[in-house]
Amino acid sequence: MPSEHSHDHDHSEVPSDLALRVKALESLLVEKGLVDPAALEILIDTYETKVGPRNGAKVVAHAWSDPDYKARLLADGSKAIAEFGFDGRQGKDIVVVENTEQVHNMVVCTLCSCYPWPVLGLPPVWYKASPYRARAVRDPVGVLKDFGVTLPEDVEIRVWDSTAELRYLVLPQRPAGTEGLSEADLAELVTRDSMIGTGLAKQPGAGGTP
Amino acid sequence: MSTPATPALPGQPGDEAGPVFREPWEAQAFALAVELSAAGHFTWNEWAETLGAEIKAAQAAGDPDLGDTYYHHWLAALERLTAEKGLVVPDDRRSRRDAWEQAYRDTPHGRPVELKKRP
Repeated sequence: MPSEHSHDHDHSEVPSDLALRVKALESLLVEKGLVDPAALEILIDTYETKVGPRNGAKVVAHAWSDPDYKARLLADGSKAIAEFGFDGRQGKDIVVVENTEQVHNMVVCTLCSCYPWPVLGLPPVWYKASPYRARAVRDPVGVLKDFGVTLPEDVEIRVWDSTAELRYLVLPQRPAGTEGLSEADLAELVTRDSMIGTGLAKQPGAGGTP
Repeated sequence: MSTPATPALPGQPGDEAGPVFREPWEAQAFALAVELSAAGHFTWNEWAETLGAEIKAAQAAGDPDLGDTYYHHWLAALERLTAEKGLVVPDDRRSRRDAWEQAYRDTPHGRPVELKKRP
């Protein structure tokens, strides 16, 4: 399916025929009371948080383990991610930005909800909501605080605004004390929020949920 | 919180944790089938049979069925079973699809897309 998106038109990106057919079914079924939209939301949320971000977590864990891969990932995110076979139609232009001791990156889409879903699954509800979209640029420190993240004052926060053509994936910092871990164990430490930049990777043995 | 049991089906793309989606509409189609079944509109067996028939028909029509078209069949099965069960009339479905397309074309980028009038 060719993408018709370009910079010089002003209407919303028209979804694919398949997506429109699903939308038609969903809106009719919800209107008739045959499915509960809240239950749908819970189910989709389960998959966006538990399944989708696993792709990204694999990419991050591999980058932590293999310096050559990390260099390729930072040089050309889409191409390096495609090495894993994650290259959905809209995943073609993914830029990976690296968190360091000096820089913390955070991703938003101020216009709508553009999101690197081949690596992160479906965007969480808060990502699509206007409070996050509005505040992420204006008050990133406050937003991070709401997510329970406090960074040292000398860390520069960079906020990246996604577009339909360009999406960002944050490469979080590898937690200390993880030298001996396998890639699979490392991937367990990579949360969805850490790849959006509204969280940090988990500490080994910390457990808990993203 | 518990989610409805979703028995794995042969050929469904996934990993050890469950199904994996390539695009958002796939997850939406997945959720619709699970919820309709959970609400008792059809059994999971009926669903599996319908989906299996769609996949077979697609294979017969030349689809190599490597997993990338899995949710195309899923959606076709969903359209068929909701019609067979009298839940959604195919004509309504088609006109609603066109109404959504028009709504996207008429809505400026960044604004919520809404249907103008409900047919």
